[in-house]
Amino acid sequence: MSLLTRRRVLTVGLGAGGALVVGSWLRHEHRGAGTKDSFEPNAFIRVPAEGPVRIVVARTDMGQGTITGTAMLIAEELEVDPSTLAFDFAPADRAYDNPKSLFQLTGGSTSTAGSWEPLRVAGATARELLKEAAAKRWSVPRSELVASLGVVSHPPSKRSARYGELAAEAVDARVHEPALKQKKDFTVIGKPLGRLDATTKTNGSAVFGIDVKVPGALVAVVVRCPVPGGTVKSVADEQARAMPGVKAVTRISNGVAVVAQTYWQARKAAAELKVDWDEGPLATFDSSSLAATHRALVASPTAMRKRVRDDGKVDERLAAAGANVLEAEYVAPFLAHATMEPQNATAHVTDDSCEVWAPTQSPAIALDEAVRLTGLAPSAIRIHQTFLGGGFGRRISQDYVVEAIEVSKAVRAPVKVVWSREDDLRHSFYRPAATHVLRGVVDGSSLVAWRHQVVSQSILKAVASPFVEAVTAGAPAGLTRSLTSLASEHLPDRDPTSFEGTETLAYAVPNVAVEFLHHESGVPTGFWRSVGHSHTAFATESFVDECAHAAKVDPLEFRRGLLARHPKRLAVLEQVKQASRWGQTLAPGHGLGVAVHESFETTAAAVIEASLDDDSIRVHRVVMAVDCGTVVNPDIVRSQLESSIIFGLSAALSQQITFKGGRVQQSNFHEYAPLRLSESPVIETVLLPSDEPPTGIGEPGLPVVAPALANAVFAATGKRLRSLPFSLEG
Amino acid sequence: MIRLTLNGQPTELDVAADTPLLWAIRETAGLTGTKFGCGMALCGACTVHLDGQAVRSCVTPVSSVEGKSVTTIEGLGTPAQPHPCQRAWVELNVPQCGYCQSGQLMSASALLATNAQPTDDDITSAMSGNLCRCGTYPRIRAAIHRAAELKKVTP
Repeated sequence: MSLLTRRRVLTVGLGAGGALVVGSWLRHEHRGAGTKDSFEPNAFIRVPAEGPVRIVVARTDMGQGTITGTAMLIAEELEVDPSTLAFDFAPADRAYDNPKSLFQLTGGSTSTAGSWEPLRVAGATARELLKEAAAKRWSVPRSELVASLGVVSHPPSKRSARYGELAAEAVDARVHEPALKQKKDFTVIGKPLGRLDATTKTNGSAVFGIDVKVPGALVAVVVRCPVPGGTVKSVADEQARAMPGVKAVTRISNGVAVVAQTYWQARKAAAELKVDWDEGPLATFDSSSLAATHRALVASPTAMRKRVRDDGKVDERLAAAGANVLEAEYVAPFLAHATMEPQNATAHVTDDSCEVWAPTQSPAIALDEAVRLTGLAPSAIRIHQTFLGGGFGRRISQDYVVEAIEVSKAVRAPVKVVWSREDDLRHSFYRPAATHVLRGVVDGSSLVAWRHQVVSQSILKAVASPFVEAVTAGAPAGLTRSLTSLASEHLPDRDPTSFEGTETLAYAVPNVAVEFLHHESGVPTGFWRSVGHSHTAFATESFVDECAHAAKVDPLEFRRGLLARHPKRLAVLEQVKQASRWGQTLAPGHGLGVAVHESFETTAAAVIEASLDDDSIRVHRVVMAVDCGTVVNPDIVRSQLESSIIFGLSAALSQQITFKGGRVQQSNFHEYAPLRLSESPVIETVLLPSDEPPTGIGEPGLPVVAPALANAVFAATGKRLRSLPFSLEG
Repeated sequence: MIRLTLNGQPTELDVAADTPLLWAIRETAGLTGTKFGCGMALCGACTVHLDGQAVRSCVTPVSSVEGKSVTTIEGLGTPAQPHPCQRAWVELNVPQCGYCQSGQLMSASALLATNAQPTDDDITSAMSGNLCRCGTYPRIRAAIHRAAELKKVTP
């Protein structure tokens, strides 16, 4: 990623250096690299003498389509048919750092946005190096050569050579970095190429983490404290050890591991284990009182609060409005990701090496954990990425990798740790619960005051240490330590992931205040698809709907009236208005709800049609429009919207993680139910045309789902749903 | 020792009788296309065909399949002749993470085996036991209709 770093430096220096500096950068010289058998001009492209061109996929594909997206961005400039490319997953290596996060991480809907330029530059440079090799071989000017579909040809002399035939010579070639294609010349980007991983995912051959086969590997089931954070006091393991196939029972930092020849043996033996736990501070935690705690905090005059936005004179306007102040409270629960593939990892630790096979969103954090646990140098450790059976942010946390390394180290054998669904729901890093208190003042059809108070806990506080270590890997330990302590100290009270999307309220309101109040519940939290936006948009887009109702203005028109300075939001609203036939007569009992929100630099709007069916919510139709910049693969972008809609509906309609006595009360899919096909609505998606670079798409469709549904139920029934998941009782 | 026919091959599995068929297939027979999702027949990721019927292998004791025929995703089609469902799945880009799709395909192919032209309602009732966390349901529905068309041409 040195190219990007250079560009950053130069962008910063642009004012002083001007065009000359940029010009000299664009003419930066690139050299070929690799061996006589394989031209490897950069971290992403491998051109062997024989066989297909291979690409290295740096951003983990957990279903969001990065394999295909990577192939398309490279192929556009490399001039190959993207469907012919073979792919490998990147190892842990700083060459694969995500330029948006500064370490090797897949998250934050950054994969396409962060690859947009580097991968096209990689493809273009490789292409020119191959052409240069042909130019030398044929003693013709490179400008007379044409690269197309993996072949360099010289039309005047009718000579041509496959890329593989030029590989050995391209290794020694040198070129200046070429200019990238203009959008009008794209032949790959913007086309709905089929997913390169579709076949392997439909014939059983795709190897997910849980499918990894390492010769001699044992299988471990870990028994963890039913209260997160609890520790082992004592273990009675005689019965477990006597069970068939059991090889070892060993204590690790996260609990007690039962190691056997097969999963079923380990699982049965684990049930025989008797562990006495020190349940720790969370043992008295009951999530049913959390919203009341949050509410009391908002009301407390002494509570620490950070005003993250303060326009005009909100407090005065609210006081002046007296009884005309609109007020509403919105509540969001803890949520688990429930990836279809339960957490798992395989590790093989020896005295001088460590190999890890894992479905991970961050090989860099996995590597750091391996260094920490084994004391080995990074060069002695290999992290192998596998296919991921879903990620949604859960696989940024590397707890399951830590378990596998610890168990392998203890039993001195390769070990695969496999979680059950119960393990997965009870030992996750949950989307934080949050309470939002909003007050507003409507005057005619305008909004004159808006105060939003958010109470939640910090995600970044918990991950500060692994993130800083991943960013600073290779730097002096002192730097890592001081950055980590700086982050831990300063993050909780101003963690943007707790309130993101509230402070960026786009509606034209002269008096706006947004306050964040940090409350640490003790529950382990992490990144859940769309992170803070997953609950903040529910609050803002529900409350603006309530304001529209108070103003007696159509809720879509009310929003449009307040968004004159936000053309993208206006445009997506216009598109969902048309596509949803907003304003037309609906079936009796049906209602339409709308929501619009920007997250991960993408603007999304949804209209949902819903009704009540025997007192349960029936979602008939979801129309979603997005502006996500240039669309690389429209079919995959649509699939991400479909995915976000169904993920969002699952959370809105039924999912929550609750704690009693510190224990998660949900165990399996019957108590934490994702939407089923029978509940899946008709979905229509609209992608707005754009000439801007791509922005996020894996997450931005999700935040608008819950508020659009709540607003639809209000339109259908007159009942406001302010607490997730939605319940019509009470 | 359990004797069965696995993907058309006579097979002996040396495994405890109470082991779920799922784990016998994955760990003893080494066929990992069949997935573990819940262990309670709630998600359908482990769906296989038992004498042609779609069953949840995670709650099927291996002893109960003695002498029977089990087909897993690996036996559904071949690279040269994929099952119409597999062709439709690829054509419509159904998979996202892909983890649940073996089970989805086994449920869908069992449906088509007895119902050549399923209606939307038929699809809903046959497929609602298979969870997909990536939300591929609209494409699964469309792909089953497409597979029915493909099957008419090349049964």
